[in-house]
Amino acid sequence: MTRLDAVDAIVTEDLHKRYKTVQALDGVSFSVREGEVFGLLGPNGAGKSTSVRVLTTLTKPDSGRALVAGEDVVRHPNRVRHMIGYVAQDSGVDWEATGRENLLLQGRIHAMGGTGLHKRVDELLGLLGLVDAADRVARGYSGGMKRRLDIALGLVHKPRVLFLDEPTTGLDPEARAAMWVEVERLAVQENLTILLTTHYLEEADRLAERVAIVSRGKVVVEGTPEELKAGLHGESVTVQLDGTDTRADAAAEVVRTVDGTTEVKVEGHHLRARVPNGAKAIPAILSTLESHGFPVAAVTTARPSLDDVYLHYTGREFTAEDEEGKS
Amino acid sequence: MQTIRQTGWMVVRQGRNLMREPIWIAMMIIQPLLWLLLYGQLFSKVTPLHAGASSYIEFLTPGIICMNAFFGGSWSGMAMISDLDRHVIDRFLAAPASRLAIILSQVVRAGVTAIIQAIILLTIGYLLGVRVHGGVLGVLVVFAAAFLLASVFAGFSHGIALLLRRESSMIATANFVSLPLMFLSSILIGAALMPGWIRQVSRFNPVNWGVQAARNAVVFDGPWGQTAVYLLLLLAATAATSAFATWSFRAYQRSI
Repeated sequence: MTRLDAVDAIVTEDLHKRYKTVQALDGVSFSVREGEVFGLLGPNGAGKSTSVRVLTTLTKPDSGRALVAGEDVVRHPNRVRHMIGYVAQDSGVDWEATGRENLLLQGRIHAMGGTGLHKRVDELLGLLGLVDAADRVARGYSGGMKRRLDIALGLVHKPRVLFLDEPTTGLDPEARAAMWVEVERLAVQENLTILLTTHYLEEADRLAERVAIVSRGKVVVEGTPEELKAGLHGESVTVQLDGTDTRADAAAEVVRTVDGTTEVKVEGHHLRARVPNGAKAIPAILSTLESHGFPVAAVTTARPSLDDVYLHYTGREFTAEDEEGKS
Repeated sequence: MQTIRQTGWMVVRQGRNLMREPIWIAMMIIQPLLWLLLYGQLFSKVTPLHAGASSYIEFLTPGIICMNAFFGGSWSGMAMISDLDRHVIDRFLAAPASRLAIILSQVVRAGVTAIIQAIILLTIGYLLGVRVHGGVLGVLVVFAAAFLLASVFAGFSHGIALLLRRESSMIATANFVSLPLMFLSSILIGAALMPGWIRQVSRFNPVNWGVQAARNAVVFDGPWGQTAVYLLLLLAATAATSAFATWSFRAYQRSI
């Protein structure tokens, strides 16, 4: 169990939560240091959003403990609410109000008012590129604009900790890239600790200083992306079988007999394996497949990615985890 | 204090948003007129229905004001469904928004809408010869009855909205509750003409409390003591249903 530390902005200890038939959290423990961008990584249904809903006081855990900025989320939810900003997975924008009206009301809920509030709202509209749209009703905003307004809403009261739940889901690649730049900038300018959840490995790799991989309600590994990748020795080899061949499982069996291959997986016509050294393993894999009569269309080798880290620690393909239950 | 401030700003939000919906404004004005004119015409020749009033339209006007108020209240939970669907409520709850303020703002909005409709109905009624026999006090009592009746049912409706969280379930419940309550009240006919069992049941119907108070004010110019008791009963019922709605946030938060 983690020791409670003064420099930790977020601490969770053994959080459990069950919804009727789904064990959403099954002992989640991790901690986020003051001032860092921390990524909670995992597929839909892994327990990321439930963790965030517990930390933002929206729902209570069945057991376990969570502290945000030193305050217990169950015992002092209102103290926590004053110190956090929450940008939910689904936009919480009031569609019938303008961007400015949305922000002013959010500030007033935080007991702000007067010229201080108006100045802060102007500042945020500028910071997030919403000045021209500020006095238009949000119904007409694009997805990217709504998302930026959501982030501004989470920042009105200058929180210490910002929760970004899947901030780029549903955005096109261009808007996603812009959002990444935005988040990086805000983390520095607003002096924030950010907890980010994502199911994009690329996003965690780009933004997070440290990540925790969540699977089936548990944190399976925690560390910097570099540490996690370095923890995997070797490289991955991907073999693409000839498209007409339907015996991928049989081919995988054959690859498993090659010296040094581990974690051999089948994905349609692709075989994936972990090897100590790609350049040395490829000839052996190819000749073994050929001698057993499996035609090969292509072969690639790659240094470990977060995807490989995920596969390694969960034993499952990143995209293929159970979709049932709460996200 | 913070709760009152937040309630105020949330009422501003709702009023402003509704003003941006011309269809909503049109319906809010036209619907009560339609009820008044249709029912007024339908039963105008049935003299026993006048029940002490100088005309059926005079008897009917306070009834229709109350009917609008409690229908409006019953349906007001749809706003909560829409806020839940748009995740506005989650945003408020993760911020230090008072749950009571979220509910009270909706209750006040429903109440103010009911007063605006009462003003429109009294104006049209005046043109049709309806006079408020209770004078200025009578008019204030009508406003209070409309406001409180809308509030009672708005509290109930928002509690149900938080428990059901689905538009279709909400529509079914609003219909299921509002139509029987309307017919178990003296909105359309006086208590003397009701079958005995309905008269007994109607005594416990909050809708009827409002109708009796408003009718005392418009038709009979009193008795004011009894009228005050009806209004106090409605105030107590508002407190009860608002408390129920505020409590319903727990059920909602357990589900997310």
